[in-house]
Amino acid sequence: MYKYDTYDQAMVDARVEEFRDQVRRRLEGHITEDQFKPLRLMNGLYLQLHAYMLRVAVPYGTLNSAQMRMLGDIADKYDRGYGHFTTRQNIQYNWIKLEDAPDILADLATVEMHAIQTSGNCIRNTTSDQYAGAAADEVIDPRPYAELIRQWSTFHPEFTYLPRKFKMAVIASDIDRAAMRLHDIGIQIVRNEGGQIGAAFYVGGGMGRTPMIAPCINPFVPIDQMITYSEACLRVYNRYGRRDNKYKARIKILVHELGKEEYTRQVEAEFAHLLTQNIEPPLAELARIQAMFADPPFEVGIADEVDRSDPDFALWVDTNCLAHKQPGYIAATISLKPVGGIPGDATGEQIRLMGDLARQFSFDELRVTHAQNIVLPHVRKADLYALWQQLDAAGLGTANLDLVGDIIACPGLDYCSLANARSIPVAQKISQRLARSEQAIGELKLKISGCINACGHHHAGHIGILGVDKKGVENYQLLLGGCEGADTSLGQITGPGFSEDGIVDAVEKATQVYLNNKQGTERFLDTYRRIGMAPFKEAIYE
Amino acid sequence: MKILTGNDLKTGAVTWWDGAEWSLHVEQAVDVGDNADTILAREQAARRVNAAYAIEAVKDADGVRPAHIKDRIRALGPTVRPDLTLKPADPNAGEWVI
Amino acid sequence: MSDVQFRFRDDEPVADPAVTVDAFGEQSNASAVRIEPGDDARDLLPHLARLQLIEVNFPVFGDGRGYSAARILREAGYAGELRAVGEVLVDQIAAMRRCGFDAFAPDVPLDPSDSEKAFNRFPEVYQPTTDRRAPIWQLRHG
Repeated sequence: MYKYDTYDQAMVDARVEEFRDQVRRRLEGHITEDQFKPLRLMNGLYLQLHAYMLRVAVPYGTLNSAQMRMLGDIADKYDRGYGHFTTRQNIQYNWIKLEDAPDILADLATVEMHAIQTSGNCIRNTTSDQYAGAAADEVIDPRPYAELIRQWSTFHPEFTYLPRKFKMAVIASDIDRAAMRLHDIGIQIVRNEGGQIGAAFYVGGGMGRTPMIAPCINPFVPIDQMITYSEACLRVYNRYGRRDNKYKARIKILVHELGKEEYTRQVEAEFAHLLTQNIEPPLAELARIQAMFADPPFEVGIADEVDRSDPDFALWVDTNCLAHKQPGYIAATISLKPVGGIPGDATGEQIRLMGDLARQFSFDELRVTHAQNIVLPHVRKADLYALWQQLDAAGLGTANLDLVGDIIACPGLDYCSLANARSIPVAQKISQRLARSEQAIGELKLKISGCINACGHHHAGHIGILGVDKKGVENYQLLLGGCEGADTSLGQITGPGFSEDGIVDAVEKATQVYLNNKQGTERFLDTYRRIGMAPFKEAIYE
Repeated sequence: MKILTGNDLKTGAVTWWDGAEWSLHVEQAVDVGDNADTILAREQAARRVNAAYAIEAVKDADGVRPAHIKDRIRALGPTVRPDLTLKPADPNAGEWVI
Repeated sequence: MSDVQFRFRDDEPVADPAVTVDAFGEQSNASAVRIEPGDDARDLLPHLARLQLIEVNFPVFGDGRGYSAARILREAGYAGELRAVGEVLVDQIAAMRRCGFDAFAPDVPLDPSDSEKAFNRFPEVYQPTTDRRAPIWQLRHG
């Protein structure tokens, strides 16, 4: 994974001191809250429902054990013993004090971590495929390109006060495991017929109030022009994105209002100009970064089978483990969704344990997924049982990857001042109600958002739930048929909303409709797409 | 009644105007009547509170009850982690929120 | 009209008041113009030769369009004074400078010590701009 050189370290250290000084000036009254707020947001610090919340960046979701140890220690030392892994591959802490924040950032800097630009109207953490470097279907590891984007976007002097937040994702396979087309800019690294590497740019996707799937504005930008093209996209947005209405300020609105053709024309014109400015890092820089993402020293000629005699273990292997490009290895998902638990939360002790397990079993590497789980990407099949036993003992062995219990949920009204309704209790009840039938139901991506900002990605759930405020009482809308993959689709609302207990019943009924109608090996999503909304609506509202 | 709430600038803790200071406990919140804006301006300028605002509340048998569920959750803590609330030993504390 | 508090130029400041973009188009002898956030800096490109001062207004510091305007003007070769005016605050002046501003006239004067720290906070830069500071990738590879 990427290792800072002295330049990277000096920049992060300077940022810590800058923020320390900004906090001092705020506490001493030299700057107002209105002036301070964007500064603290650009260091990941929100003022939330119960305290300050700090969002730490995990670039493209990749971590090592030293970093996990620090994240676990921060949870214990500065917070209330746990952290929350997010739908953008980051981690956040809910009980932070402003006066501690500079020290926390200083601690993070000692393990090459930061909270830079994890909030604010700037370019945020660039996410990627949690199986990068392990998946057999990738053209190339996408993460070096994400690292180039990270450095280009960090402290970018022109794009610090954009109309709104800006989120990018980079993948390198046709199967989209990062919801790439639901980002402000999504990039797919591709190889053309001549064998050259390039970047397909998708611009103007997003969820929130007005979900949109990003159109492709350029199917092949040569890889040595990717940063320049990104800059052109951002400059057009900075100049022309709406600033009159916070809810119409994302780039998806600009692309929609201009139309894809006009937006593309403006980008191409800016791109042609920027090509004269020599802002692209040289290919030597990409090569320098790629060297840090070389394959780990895989053993060859090792056992490619798993001993399945323990049925619980066999179930976990079948559910949570993905075939690896390298024989003898497997990518293992650690579920942070125990039955009835809080999706994505982990204690300081669990966080440190996962780091230790990565060091022991996965070449010291972990990934955070945008489904709020953790992946150990390179586990020897021969070690899998020993790994699972330790996970199981620590409450981390739930076999539910991509099943209905693997719920993506935003923190909701229990934690978030933007929310209209609580999302976690709904997740807990559904998880408990359907635990016994989830294997029979099979793949079912259920996503819950506590408000229209859609941090739970409910539009992209096979089943989506949106919490709303109905005359001061929490109410929940049900959506069906969303999907975030290459065949991205947005969920359709079923009809009137439900109470908390009602939505749990409604979800259960929807799964029963599926089980009663499924043909062959259809997943829930496939059956829904075949039979349509009507049978579901009838059963849910009977 | 109209009460004032905000967050402590340094710690972020949820606070309630008790007539003289900012308390951690909603039961001590006082009715500010028409003086909300004056108090808010003075207290925020002095940095004794941050991001403060006025809300409706009622005084009932349990004490002071904010009108909106969001502020009741702020008053108590997350309903899904009773151990992290202001009343970890009270099994019915979550009921008060709803 | 606020005083210029910081100026990184050796020449004499322009004495003429800056006129609006519309007025500038009508006055062939104006040498100073002020850009508002909604103006297109590229409208000035045909006239750069006679411009000695361009003010870019930041009515609110959160409106970042002025940063793009500045870079566009410098990238087009504008060599006159590029002055940030309006709600110009300590925590934005370093980024403004990198975008090409060489003069700052904030509505509210800035603390000189905080400002100096802000200008010199970061030892290196990740991105090249027309200020010609070598970006980190160039330091790595020459």
